[in-house]
Amino acid sequence: MEPLSALDITARILYQLSPVWISLLILFALSAAFKRRLGLYGKLFDSPIGMIGFALVMFWVFTGIYGAMDMIVTHDPLSQVSGMKNKVPGTAVRGVGEGEYQWYLLGGDNLARDVFSRLVKGAWVVVQIAPLATLFAFMVGITLGLPAGYYGGRLDTILSFLANLILAFPVILLFYLLVTPEIVATGVPNYMAIVLFMFPIVFIGVLLNSRYYTRPKLRNPLMAGVLGIAIWLYLQLVSNGGYLINTSTGFKIPGLPKVLDFFDIPGGILVVFVSVVFVNSPTVFRIVRGLTLDIKTRDYVAAAQTRGEGPWYIMLWEILPNARGPLIVDFCLRIGYTTILLGTLGFFGLGLPPESPDWGSTINDGRKLLSIYLHPALPPAFALLTLVLGLNLLADGLREESLKD
Amino acid sequence: MGLFILRRSGVMLLTALCLTFIVFFLTNLYPNLEKLAKTQGNFRMTDEAVASWLDKNGHSGWMISRYGEWLGVLPGWTRESEEGITGRCIAGAVSAEEAANAPTFCGILQGDWGYSSVFKKDVASIITERLQNTLRLMGWVLLLMVPSALIIGVLAGMREGSATDRGLSTVSILTTATPEYVSGVIFIAVFTSSTVGLKWFKGTATAATDNPTFENFFLPVLTIALYGMGYIARMTRASMTEVMTAQYIRTARLKGVSFHNIVIKHALRNALIAPFTVIMLQFPWLLNGVVIVETLFNYKGFGFILVQAAGNNDIDLLLAVSVVSVFVVLITQMISDIGYVYLNPRIRIS
Repeated sequence: MEPLSALDITARILYQLSPVWISLLILFALSAAFKRRLGLYGKLFDSPIGMIGFALVMFWVFTGIYGAMDMIVTHDPLSQVSGMKNKVPGTAVRGVGEGEYQWYLLGGDNLARDVFSRLVKGAWVVVQIAPLATLFAFMVGITLGLPAGYYGGRLDTILSFLANLILAFPVILLFYLLVTPEIVATGVPNYMAIVLFMFPIVFIGVLLNSRYYTRPKLRNPLMAGVLGIAIWLYLQLVSNGGYLINTSTGFKIPGLPKVLDFFDIPGGILVVFVSVVFVNSPTVFRIVRGLTLDIKTRDYVAAAQTRGEGPWYIMLWEILPNARGPLIVDFCLRIGYTTILLGTLGFFGLGLPPESPDWGSTINDGRKLLSIYLHPALPPAFALLTLVLGLNLLADGLREESLKD
Repeated sequence: MGLFILRRSGVMLLTALCLTFIVFFLTNLYPNLEKLAKTQGNFRMTDEAVASWLDKNGHSGWMISRYGEWLGVLPGWTRESEEGITGRCIAGAVSAEEAANAPTFCGILQGDWGYSSVFKKDVASIITERLQNTLRLMGWVLLLMVPSALIIGVLAGMREGSATDRGLSTVSILTTATPEYVSGVIFIAVFTSSTVGLKWFKGTATAATDNPTFENFFLPVLTIALYGMGYIARMTRASMTEVMTAQYIRTARLKGVSFHNIVIKHALRNALIAPFTVIMLQFPWLLNGVVIVETLFNYKGFGFILVQAAGNNDIDLLLAVSVVSVFVVLITQMISDIGYVYLNPRIRIS
């Protein structure tokens, strides 16, 4: 089999990605057609910068999703093919069987694995973790930032001190301290997970209760249903193999029985997730606190206070919706920042398993031979760059459009 | 103002104490100590042997009292054995008289930073040596980053919405979206590898610790500077556009002052207040960048020992590293607060 030329490689990669192009086309056609009825999301399609950003982000989201469904990948991202070590892009795979893909489109890496497939699988790692971790950080930041800004006083002093404490830590030192196997063995990240993951439940509970507490007939079944599901999900998330904490020294706290536990988060992913949420939430806290301090002086808050609404109703249903503009913009920027953090963790080989195809780890593997072989390190580097750039442009577009009102 | 500085210093000290205690706690958790015992003693130690080794070397007892010993507010530990008396403040085993002469307190307050188990050297000497290397790197980074960021920001913010503005804003967004490990890898690939063939610079900065030249030192500096530059430039641009729409600028224009003079004499000074705070608050991020770039370019500085110490759980070194970095962060925060008050006449006079 002949090696492919550069033009061939490009054409074949574009062809491999065809499900992504089709999805993008459908998404953009539908969104542009109904943009007047879609609120802020629709207005995004009036701004070219926002559209470019959104296209870049959605490209990687679709790539990640289809990659996870094994649609785009050409080879198994973990299997090594002999003779393919560090081979240049477009090299034909030796001894392939019928029905298998004939080439390594972006070459082979140091362990003779397909760079293209690893790139696509790596997108899934980011698309999975980054938005979810950012969402959790926002839940934590909002749940603590609203009362800190609204009540002020000693609560504010203590919470701000704690936030500044975490912010004063160099991020990499914190990661090293939290993610090393010895610390993981003591269960510290598990305790942190138990505490941090509780915030979304508190948030949802307070949100619903403050709105519907005057209508107990609606509230009681609603709260029971929503909180029941939330707590069940929470317990599934934090308990692994029937235990909340299971350290090597034999200290155990029993959790949800295995029968009810439908999914287990692999230990490494959980640790990474927890540390990323932990690093991000103080910044969100500061933003929410600042916005609350500003908004609580408005007339509609005073009106709600005069009406006799409870403090949590005012915080969650009067202040929070009015702070949504800056929060949505920051959410986009923060997903980008989380992506960078995940890459940093991978770059230092922390948390994720060494064979993991995430971009940070791949860059770290590739950089060692960078002066001779460029192809293993550059694709994930550009992938990370374009995704974060897309998120930044999207945030810019959103900011511009939300300021137009 | 004096009270403000005093209160800030108090909070800073409290923060530093809390943070060092957290680091102390995490590095002194039992599995970490067990690993230390096994690397220092031998790997086939039984659990009892590990416990006795830890006790013999002063790693047993309450966490808080050991923290006090490290800090130098509690007397250092001493143990008696057949060879003589050993202790925190005593080198090797000595007789009872010599032990009585040894100082009681020896923590960081007394200037005793401990002994690095990885580098087999005094922590204080390692820190001072490596910190110099990093300060040189940081100095060049600031020298490159701050002026170029301010120039880009001012040029972009001078005429909002113009082609220059669009172009420069895109550049600054692009640099903020490129973390150091991405731009570094791209730079190494383009400018140093034999595949591309440009070979303008060296891919490692190992030699730059003794003999920094443009060839081996520029890429690390550029890599750190680029990531921070975009952010400062965007802040400067935002501040500049705000100032350019102010009433007094319009008055100056109507009076017939030339655009050049308006920018230089009227707008610039007011527009540079906000970026000052941002530049100061960039220091913690610079510290991050330094760790990544020193690892990537193999430059033996402060970030390099952070990775070494953290990867090998070198407790004394890691604590010293965190003390230094926490103080860098806190002091820059304080300077930015004080500087903001000092620079901004609206706050200073009220």
